[in-house]
Amino acid sequence: MDFDFSDEEKQIKEVAHELLAARSPFAKVREAAEAGDYDPELARELVELGWPGIAVSAEHGGQDLGFVELAVVLEELGYACAATSLTSSATAAAVIEATGSPEQRSRWLPQLSSGEATGAIGTRELTADANAAAVILLIEGEECVLVERAHADVRPIVTIDPTRRFATAAGDGQPLAAGAADRVRSAISSELVGVCQRALDMTLEFVKDRKQFGVPVGSFQAVGHRCAQMLLMTESARSAAYFAAWAADADPERLPEAAALAAAAAGTAAKEVTASAIQAHGGIGFTWEADLHWLYKRAQLDAALLGSARNHHAALARIGAARVNSSVAAAGS
Amino acid sequence: MDLTFTDRESAFRDELRAWLAENHPGTEPDGDEGEAYAWRRDFQRRLAEGGWAAVHWPVEYGGRGATLTESAIFFEELARARAPLPANVLGLLLAGPTIMSWGTDEQKERFLAPIVTAEEIWCQGFSEPEAGSDLASLKTRAVKDNGKWLVTGQKVWTSGAQHSKWCMLVARTDTEVPKHKGLTYFLLDMEQDAIQIRPLRQITGEAEFNELFFEQAHATDDQVLGGVGNGWKVALTTLMNERAGLAFFLQVRLRQLLDELLAEADRRGLLDDPIVADRLGELHLKAEVLRLTAYRGLTAIERYGQPGPEGSLTKWMWSETNQQLTQLAAELLGPEALLAGGHWSYELLRARGNTIEGGTTEILKNIVAERVLGLPRAR
Repeated sequence: MDFDFSDEEKQIKEVAHELLAARSPFAKVREAAEAGDYDPELARELVELGWPGIAVSAEHGGQDLGFVELAVVLEELGYACAATSLTSSATAAAVIEATGSPEQRSRWLPQLSSGEATGAIGTRELTADANAAAVILLIEGEECVLVERAHADVRPIVTIDPTRRFATAAGDGQPLAAGAADRVRSAISSELVGVCQRALDMTLEFVKDRKQFGVPVGSFQAVGHRCAQMLLMTESARSAAYFAAWAADADPERLPEAAALAAAAAGTAAKEVTASAIQAHGGIGFTWEADLHWLYKRAQLDAALLGSARNHHAALARIGAARVNSSVAAAGS
Repeated sequence: MDLTFTDRESAFRDELRAWLAENHPGTEPDGDEGEAYAWRRDFQRRLAEGGWAAVHWPVEYGGRGATLTESAIFFEELARARAPLPANVLGLLLAGPTIMSWGTDEQKERFLAPIVTAEEIWCQGFSEPEAGSDLASLKTRAVKDNGKWLVTGQKVWTSGAQHSKWCMLVARTDTEVPKHKGLTYFLLDMEQDAIQIRPLRQITGEAEFNELFFEQAHATDDQVLGGVGNGWKVALTTLMNERAGLAFFLQVRLRQLLDELLAEADRRGLLDDPIVADRLGELHLKAEVLRLTAYRGLTAIERYGQPGPEGSLTKWMWSETNQQLTQLAAELLGPEALLAGGHWSYELLRARGNTIEGGTTEILKNIVAERVLGLPRAR
């Protein structure tokens, strides 16, 4: 049992963290959001690092890594709340690599890996980055289909999260193999772990510094316990998201459970942790300039892409009951 | 990242499973508490003979030299097989490791071996009526008189005292210095008339715990552990072990309880109710996240020698989840889960202690806020 990252994964994490801290500080996120467009410079650098194809085989022009490495990059994108379509595109590529037919892989993966084209992920009601994409992965319940942009009806919608482009999307889809929807959810969950961590870090910095009644507000138990709860939810989401990323690479049998765990834990955590961050900041947290709202909005939209926690809980209850029944049956035979 | 057991860990688990299948103690005897205790003590003797009693202890002290992960597997498998905890669990998990860290060669020689065989049972004398979460304010006094220590005072929440030969006792030996500095850790002999043991009846109606009353109980200098005035540091070693050891056993017990409830809910067709499915699924999530987080903590300790931020969260997660689970069971199963003496009613009541024993949730949150998150000391 080893829950640690490999040296290579740690290195990817460090590179991603430093690059995004330098190139995508909140000033840049705000600029991109207010302009309603992605930063082309940032997009170019991310492509140069090969991250759109991080989980694509070398044969198709990718980095030949997997979902764990993808998760590492996505967590950092979430931490920076970066205004980029990389989450959608790298996830779409990784999922096509893992669950696409040979034809689908050779058609889409080279152009996605090289950054010539981008991919989108979502549902019919809410798709991230579909308008500019060449290929769209649409989740419908437990299924996930591949829709070519050229044959899709994509209608942009403006959401509360202006750091990204959303749309509704419809069109005839080609099937992907089992586990495609789970892999999409696993990837989005990883981004949300980063969102949680950033909200927690910003809150800790603030409550150590901000003084009321002559003392740092972080010395009040009501505030400290709130921060402890934020940590608990962040670490819970992290445990589940790591499990899901690992299962996507190594244990397809447990992937449905792992992805439901990750989606429910990360979706719930991100909404609560970012809301808690705003509350802990007091009045300043409610302002446009405090930047917490980008995290809160990212959390809301990503959680919507994941689908309701209630559905994931119900799936988990069924998985749990089935496991109990099968072990009872095995013991009786 | 590899979330499967290594070949060595799998081999350890398989060997243990085979041993447990051969040596399972059966179900707990129905008779009185003493009989159940004798049954657990007998089970520990069998564990010791098989070399399984002190898996996490170094080989030189009679242990198996298991890794942390193997030790976790040991407790998981014990729970999975529905075997009891060894009778001397406090000796194995708390007293032994504390003596290994602070004891003299003579103390290690004298005390460790009988812990493994359950020949000498241990209890823990820390909490007092007026010193619970604020342990360092404890009032039990030990004074030196003619070369002997005389202990006077009161302890509470002492489980297994009536069976114990020894007590891990923290007493105040100096009232002139700040409260953390005047404490001394004793290995106190329980077999003396100056100690009175009274069972403490809890909300379940049973008495798992006792109150202890000391009236000039005797201790010798070679029963002081870690030096006079150093008791706070020694006690922290015991408390650190308290948080680490049982997590895996309790985590599996929680899983078993949830599995029982899932099966019962399924049998009654309740999983088709979206609200029930939502709540049961959320508990499934919490149980699995608890296990994953506990293993993440182990990786951190094995790799870096100290737990990461997740290490302080598992007891908190477990205790609240166990309370939610038993409350949901009472709601789903109706009044039959509230009958006196029933299985679920016992679990419902017992779970109320979970967020208090071994550090209240409020204290755990303070610890997380101050030591993990680096916030200023709480007001």
